[in-house]
Amino acid sequence: MACSVLLESCAVNLTGVPGVNMSQESLVEIRDLNFTYDSRPVLTGINMTIPRGKVVAVMGISGCGKTTTLRLIGGQLKPTSGEVRVGGQVVHELDADGLYALRRRMGMLFQFGALFTDMSVFDNIAFQMREHTDLPEAMIRDLVFMKLHAVGLRGAHSLMPTELSGGMARRVALARAIALDPMLIMYDEPFAGLDPISLSIVGELIRKLTDALGASSIVVTHDVQESLKIVDYVYFVSEGKIVAEGTAEEMKHSTVPYVHQFIWGEADGPVPFQYPARPYGEELMERAAQRG
Amino acid sequence: MDNGLTRALRQLGAQFNSRIWRLGFAARFFLAIMLHSGTSLRRIHLTIREIYFTGVLSLIIILVSGLFVGMVLGLQGYDTLARYGSTEALGVLVALSLVRELGPVVAALLFASRAGSAITAEIGMMKATEQLSAMEMMAVDPIARVVAPRFWGGVISMPLLAALFSAMGVFGGYLVGVQLIGVDEGSFWAQMQASVDFREDILNGVIKSFVFGIIVSWVAVFEGYDAEPTAEGVSGATTRTVVTSSLAILAADFVLTAFMFTGT
Repeated sequence: MACSVLLESCAVNLTGVPGVNMSQESLVEIRDLNFTYDSRPVLTGINMTIPRGKVVAVMGISGCGKTTTLRLIGGQLKPTSGEVRVGGQVVHELDADGLYALRRRMGMLFQFGALFTDMSVFDNIAFQMREHTDLPEAMIRDLVFMKLHAVGLRGAHSLMPTELSGGMARRVALARAIALDPMLIMYDEPFAGLDPISLSIVGELIRKLTDALGASSIVVTHDVQESLKIVDYVYFVSEGKIVAEGTAEEMKHSTVPYVHQFIWGEADGPVPFQYPARPYGEELMERAAQRG
Repeated sequence: MDNGLTRALRQLGAQFNSRIWRLGFAARFFLAIMLHSGTSLRRIHLTIREIYFTGVLSLIIILVSGLFVGMVLGLQGYDTLARYGSTEALGVLVALSLVRELGPVVAALLFASRAGSAITAEIGMMKATEQLSAMEMMAVDPIARVVAPRFWGGVISMPLLAALFSAMGVFGGYLVGVQLIGVDEGSFWAQMQASVDFREDILNGVIKSFVFGIIVSWVAVFEGYDAEPTAEGVSGATTRTVVTSSLAILAADFVLTAFMFTGT
């Protein structure tokens, strides 16, 4: 894929957001993060570091708190305790203006793209440029076409989101996420529901775009095979806690039972096959006794 | 028994609390719309687009309904007035019924079912498909970008639709009364012109439809924004928009009528 040179050439440098410390080694730091929803602990004692220029995966089964972690980083949720720092700023301490200024430097790809259905592909990507910059329409047009070219969909600029396949929609959403050349790109289940070809394309794009933009990427996923090919570091989350972490290679050879079960897709293990219930034998005996 | 009663009372209390909380949320939401309305006014094309979707696309149902309501008024009015030998007052009866009451109320009820439900469904689906979250993550406030233009689009459209409804109704009354039954055309228009007061009748009707526009638009955007992000949730929110705004329109109509027309 020859998109990286193009991306580097089209990068609009928007650094210089007040308060954002660009010189730090790690872009995102999460310290002793706890999050409780309706008195149910969702995340407990999470510590993570996302270095600049790296792709970091957060893996775990559905409902383990991965997406919540992304929402806490993006400031859509406030932690119960602990803190999330992005570019040196504590996210939950920012006021609305500060949070919006920070979000302009973030891109997020939602699980099913979340494209604006009343806008064409072109307008979806131009959306942030029109909202946040005073660029002339001719320049916006050039930038949008560059982003679309990078994801291989320049020819689809006039289509509406309903006319796109799942893989194409994900690529358009990816182009939209990098519209303002963010310092941090977050991907919420980028591989969900994709065919093998689209899956491979999206995986490769995540890696290439991160490298081309010099950004950091956080990939929340449960797709082991594809994500381990492209990520630099992995955090495994189970029941709101980090149970293992390391490089992709380390995780492949991990002896941690949860990681082993997850990576090799074993039906039973620390994540049980059966939903919690009384022993079946005990239940059968009780029913037999009731029948006399 | 005690346990059952306690549980029932607790549930009732919880429901009451939840309703009060939701009402408070709706009030704060209204305030947020007002605070973010600057965007709608500065970027007027956003509001004009919503006027098209809520107003222009509601024209067919409003005009056709207005015509038929006017025609029915012509028939019923003639039948009643004929008993007292004052059929020449048919124009007054049709016009006053429409501009004071039926125009604003029926147009608002139709607007709630046609445009209100569409606004709720659209915002609800945007929430369910994470479009609103995506907008927030792009540092764009959904209340300013999505909600406020739809609210103002509805508020501006409503009085215009009510006026068109009344105009079509008068035309329907004319068709039936003058063209079909044979009421004197001169009396029909002359009495209408002499009896319908601009301030007392027309302006009060416009004020009513403006208030109804606020009610329908507020309920519609709130229900959409507060909808459960599921197909069932959006469907429920759409139903609630029609039911709540229809009841609120009728209740507000009574209050407004009591203030406007008592003693005239």
